[in-house]
Amino acid sequence: MRLILEVWRQADAASPGRFERYEVDGVTDEVSMLELLDMLNAQLVAEGREPVAFDHDCREGICGTCGLMVNGRPHGPEDFTPACLQRVRTFSDGDVVTLEPWRAGAFPVVRDLVVDRSALDRIIASGGYISTATNAAPEALTMPVNKHQAEAAMDHAACIGCGACVAACPNGAAQLFTGAKVAHLAELPQGQVERYERVRSMVATMESEFGSCTNYAECVPACPAAIGLDVIAHLNRDFRTAVVVQRRGEVPERTDVPWLARLRGGPWWQSDPDDAGDGTTR
Amino acid sequence: MPTEDRRETGSTGPDPVGAGGGAERAGRSRRSMARAVPVAVGLAAAAAGLGKRYLDARARRTEVEPAAPPTPAVGSTSPGPRAAPMTAPAPVAVPAPESAAATAPAPAAAAPRRSEDPVVAAELDRRRRIGPEIHDAAPTGDIRTLWDDHLLNLRLVNPANRRRFKVIVVGTGLAGAGAAATLSELGYQVEAFTLHDAPRRAHSVAAQGGINAAKGYKADGDSIDRLFRDTVKGGDFRAREADVHRLSEMSVRVIDHMTALGVPFAREYGGQIATRSFGGVQVSRTFYARGQTGQQLQIAGAQQLLKEVGAGRLKLHTRQEMLDLIVADGRAVGIVTRDMVTGDIVPHTAHAVVLATGGYGNVYFKSTLAKSSNVTATWRAHKRGALFANPCMIQFHPTSLPLTSEWQSKLTLMSESLRNDGRVWVPKEPGDDRAPEDIPEEDRDYYLERMYPSFGNLAPRDISSRAAKIQLDAGKGVGPLRNGVYLDFRDAIARLGRRTMEERYGNLLELYTDATGEDPYTSPMRIAPGPHFAMGGLWTDYNQMSNVPGLFVGGEASFNYHGANRLGANSLLSASVDGWFVLPWTVADYLAPLLGQEPVPHDHPAVIEAVAEASGRVDHLLGIGGTTGPDVYHKELGQLLTDHVGVERHAEGLAKGADAIRELKDDFWSNVRVVGHGQQLNQELERAGRLADYLELAELMALDALDRDESAGAHFRSEHQTEDGEALRDDDNWTSTSAWEAAPPDGVPIRRSEPLTFEAVPLATRSYK
Repeated sequence: MRLILEVWRQADAASPGRFERYEVDGVTDEVSMLELLDMLNAQLVAEGREPVAFDHDCREGICGTCGLMVNGRPHGPEDFTPACLQRVRTFSDGDVVTLEPWRAGAFPVVRDLVVDRSALDRIIASGGYISTATNAAPEALTMPVNKHQAEAAMDHAACIGCGACVAACPNGAAQLFTGAKVAHLAELPQGQVERYERVRSMVATMESEFGSCTNYAECVPACPAAIGLDVIAHLNRDFRTAVVVQRRGEVPERTDVPWLARLRGGPWWQSDPDDAGDGTTR
Repeated sequence: MPTEDRRETGSTGPDPVGAGGGAERAGRSRRSMARAVPVAVGLAAAAAGLGKRYLDARARRTEVEPAAPPTPAVGSTSPGPRAAPMTAPAPVAVPAPESAAATAPAPAAAAPRRSEDPVVAAELDRRRRIGPEIHDAAPTGDIRTLWDDHLLNLRLVNPANRRRFKVIVVGTGLAGAGAAATLSELGYQVEAFTLHDAPRRAHSVAAQGGINAAKGYKADGDSIDRLFRDTVKGGDFRAREADVHRLSEMSVRVIDHMTALGVPFAREYGGQIATRSFGGVQVSRTFYARGQTGQQLQIAGAQQLLKEVGAGRLKLHTRQEMLDLIVADGRAVGIVTRDMVTGDIVPHTAHAVVLATGGYGNVYFKSTLAKSSNVTATWRAHKRGALFANPCMIQFHPTSLPLTSEWQSKLTLMSESLRNDGRVWVPKEPGDDRAPEDIPEEDRDYYLERMYPSFGNLAPRDISSRAAKIQLDAGKGVGPLRNGVYLDFRDAIARLGRRTMEERYGNLLELYTDATGEDPYTSPMRIAPGPHFAMGGLWTDYNQMSNVPGLFVGGEASFNYHGANRLGANSLLSASVDGWFVLPWTVADYLAPLLGQEPVPHDHPAVIEAVAEASGRVDHLLGIGGTTGPDVYHKELGQLLTDHVGVERHAEGLAKGADAIRELKDDFWSNVRVVGHGQQLNQELERAGRLADYLELAELMALDALDRDESAGAHFRSEHQTEDGEALRDDDNWTSTSAWEAAPPDGVPIRRSEPLTFEAVPLATRSYK
């Protein structure tokens, strides 16, 4: 079949972008969204034009590198499926397909369909881990884990970190991503020690870079790992426990993550960028 | 049950390539080397830092020439139980001592290492030269206590001094993230580099089935020694015993550590960790987290890395591609990177460099690897002096999906675990066009069950892949392109019910439906062998250090654990062991004597030269201005390799393949078109740069395959097979690792050998019949 592609082209973060229209012929049913871009790019390169930059890597749905809006939907028309595994079967000859980068304030465009998702890593770096020094772990069997708890932890841990949840959210919120990590670690006995510092610290960073969740639940069908809305409930419950029930002081976040100190005066978009966060100006 | 036919080891007599012979050869070749490079000897001898303990250790080990100091330029290996003496600058970057190769009397046992076919021998002599052997790569002694003894001999760095050392780690997969996080936690200044936008994306994430560990949680006879033995045998006796034993020992700690980090391993109802079986073994020692074990281990590793980033201790560089290694005064002192967003090419210097950059299976273009996996980091290190070991050893995974369209961008992998319940078959008659459901039982050939009755559908990967290739070559392939074989769940569904199958393999079968639009519950899956794992890689000593002092290598980028074939679920293991439990110790040993030295300044001539070369290469690629994009060349290269350096190889095809690859390379350099410019995110430029290195690697792969005149594991030379078509090793001549020196300008590559000895697991013929 022949498809007409409307693709977002943007030279770099600073330049304005625009849609450009291309035609790709000879598309067969098995072609994936990314292979459609491969076909377009082969055509562009053969004509000596610059190919469309897009992120992709494993192409089997696990690395989370790929991500683009297809006709306004993250990854494409199918629910719970990453772009690399979505085929063009649902399109018909002559259809117009619009391809855009993730739409989210926290993901600035780098070039064409490539965005910067490092904000997700900053959430993890604020506490999304279990602190264990290498070589310090006890024999694994000393800590039995209930089978169903392990399965639930695995459900939450399946997140591939693609950012589709943020792109799908009208608020650009990262609650599904953050909730998945919080729920994964809170489900396991190993994760209990740092449980409440973790959620406080991760939420502080999340709130500073992303929008707020108002339970639209647009994120759920967009998620290739089928993370459920229950992780957001989990996140909220642990956060409430950390703030209200535990009463560990006003800001019981981790003290070993330097940038958290900067966030204490309020979200970063309200504070002076030159404010070092401790009352001094850099 | 694998039977072990002890084989006579011919000229080496009753001692199968024994320690005695090895030591004698070691002495002889070292003498000849010492003559050839008096400068290096003088330097080493002058280095008072050798220390008595070191000399004692050396004397104990070889009992030959105890006073002869090591000669880093040619020995280029750790001369004792420790790394090379760090006070002696090792001029590794100088051209290989050619005279040594020419004048060294070839050791008696190594003499017949050439093809018996005079035509092939002449071809080989034209294409490569033979350099001196490598010895002392691993310490000797009781293999069960070797690693512990070795740790005791490693030098330490005082905690207060660690921040004075800077270590560069390239790659953030299991090996890289583990090493970077641990070294940072210990207090070293670590800078980690990845070409991805986030450390979690490294290709370790895609491993499905599991990770082996000798926990012995089941009463099935498993033990550290059995994992060791299975791995040595699975590798068809072409891996280093000492390293494999360490792998096996540390496997236990890996499971403890990863559990503590929150990896949700599958559990039994009692709360203990569940295990399952994998191909090529008869015990249950594979730990798993559904079909996403690699993902879970990788995410846990990336989280530890980010923990260090959050704490401000570790500097992470994302979207940075390593373009070159900087070698100054014989040591690895830094790397040159290109910022993939801005195009800036800059040097980074440090006290040591760790490469954990993965394997090179993507050289075949369509492989099971991620699209950005590449060989550039290790290949550039090779060009700067690091030996490249066993490049021809590449594993073809038997259960990848066959190509369905011209535009299919890669081979999707289906976990080997499917072979637990699926039966592999082809029609008996070539060209049988009936739908699979219409082919009656008597017209089906369940060839794995027929050829390997005791292992059946769970025969090891190299054997299963070759068996499939035989069927495809006989014209019995199935599917529209006749390029696959059936993997059929009909009998398992009848026996266990559809529900059980969904529980066991649901996500995999869904992935298949996504990819093909077919329903594997009603009609059989189609599978085919696909390039998968590189057993070869940069040569390292027991410390995971290459012959270039200061350059450490871990995970798939290295070569030492898997020999000629990797067992399923051993790749996550080797990467984890290297990253978490080997490199942090051995890197410290290298750093200790460098206390007080600063990293090489950026105005050092070696740094300036490396940056200029890297920039020059990029500019050159952009300036060729040809007509053909890099992907077109890559596809062609993949086809050449599949045809000539594939599941089965033979001398004639390899020679032809090597020539064709060279022609393609020449054409590439005169006719490639890289659109766009260098000061931007330019994925065409990235592809072209990686392909340039793949073209060189491919030629060496063909050469190594031509040179290794035997069949072993995944390296199957059709002229060397038993009467019933199994791999026929030549233990007398090829119980060794081939480690290649890059060709000097206008010269040919130099092949060196590291003799292997098998004492704990005596040489035997593998059999899975």
